[in-house]
Amino acid sequence: MTLTELANPSRFLAFANRALPWLGGMTVIAFAFGLDMAMNAPNDYQQGATVKIMYLHVPSAWLGMLGWALMSVAALGTLVWRHPLADVAAKAAAPIGAAFTLLCLVTGSLWGRPEWGTYWVWDARLTSELVLFLLYLGVIALWRTVEDPSRAARAAAILTLVGAIDLPIIKFSVDWWNTLHQGSSVFRLGGSTIYPTILIPLLVMALAFTLLFATLHLAAMRNEILRRRVRTFRLMQASAAS
Amino acid sequence: MEHIDHLPFIVASYAAAFAVVGALIVWVTLDYRVQRRTLARLESRGVTRRSAAMRSEPTMQQAKEEV
Repeated sequence: MTLTELANPSRFLAFANRALPWLGGMTVIAFAFGLDMAMNAPNDYQQGATVKIMYLHVPSAWLGMLGWALMSVAALGTLVWRHPLADVAAKAAAPIGAAFTLLCLVTGSLWGRPEWGTYWVWDARLTSELVLFLLYLGVIALWRTVEDPSRAARAAAILTLVGAIDLPIIKFSVDWWNTLHQGSSVFRLGGSTIYPTILIPLLVMALAFTLLFATLHLAAMRNEILRRRVRTFRLMQASAAS
Repeated sequence: MEHIDHLPFIVASYAAAFAVVGALIVWVTLDYRVQRRTLARLESRGVTRRSAAMRSEPTMQQAKEEV
């Protein structure tokens, strides 16, 4: 099935109904493996057992950023190609991305207290991640404030593209500034600095979280299409009554 | 039982993850039910999509072919 065929909302709903049980099942299996590997992984020589928080923190951080990147591509789809599902995809991704960013901030704080001696510092990585969370809240508020869906879509798309500037700032903040947050240790030139006994469970958990994100996003897109259909029906009902 | 350093922080992190993921699943599931129910109610009142309504009535061409 091509992207053009999926542009038809009815076809997309049929695709979502078929794909969701499979995606949900794969997510559960991936989490079963990931959590088992994470719980049985050895402690880190410096962090001790608190390294287990990293199995939640790192995937949440990646998915918070992935959510905004996905919304940025969808924003281009709304503004440039006027793809009928682009705005639906962006609107559905926002609460999920916000939730993962919040989880990243919470788990980071809970890791920071025993390791750094504080829940929060205003360093570049933490602050730019907080900015991402506030951007998510802003774009969700914008969609709820503007009543006309097409105007809301355009305004949200512009805010999303402006907010995308935060993504490279988050990624490179640890290189550009002197931060308390550690530098890149998984995706870096010269390879990962993490030992495989910790890296492999981390990557399996990242896969599980990514599958969860995909499942939730597809389900939320389905809900958004139905919500728009409800709105159309109500408008038709109102115009028939008047 | 083996002593685990900073256990409350680890437990709190996993509890937060379960809470956030659980909230997302509940939100998506309940929202789906609400939208489906609302659509069914509207359809029972006779409101249908124009495309669906048009499909249910034969086009002039189909009518001609049938004749």
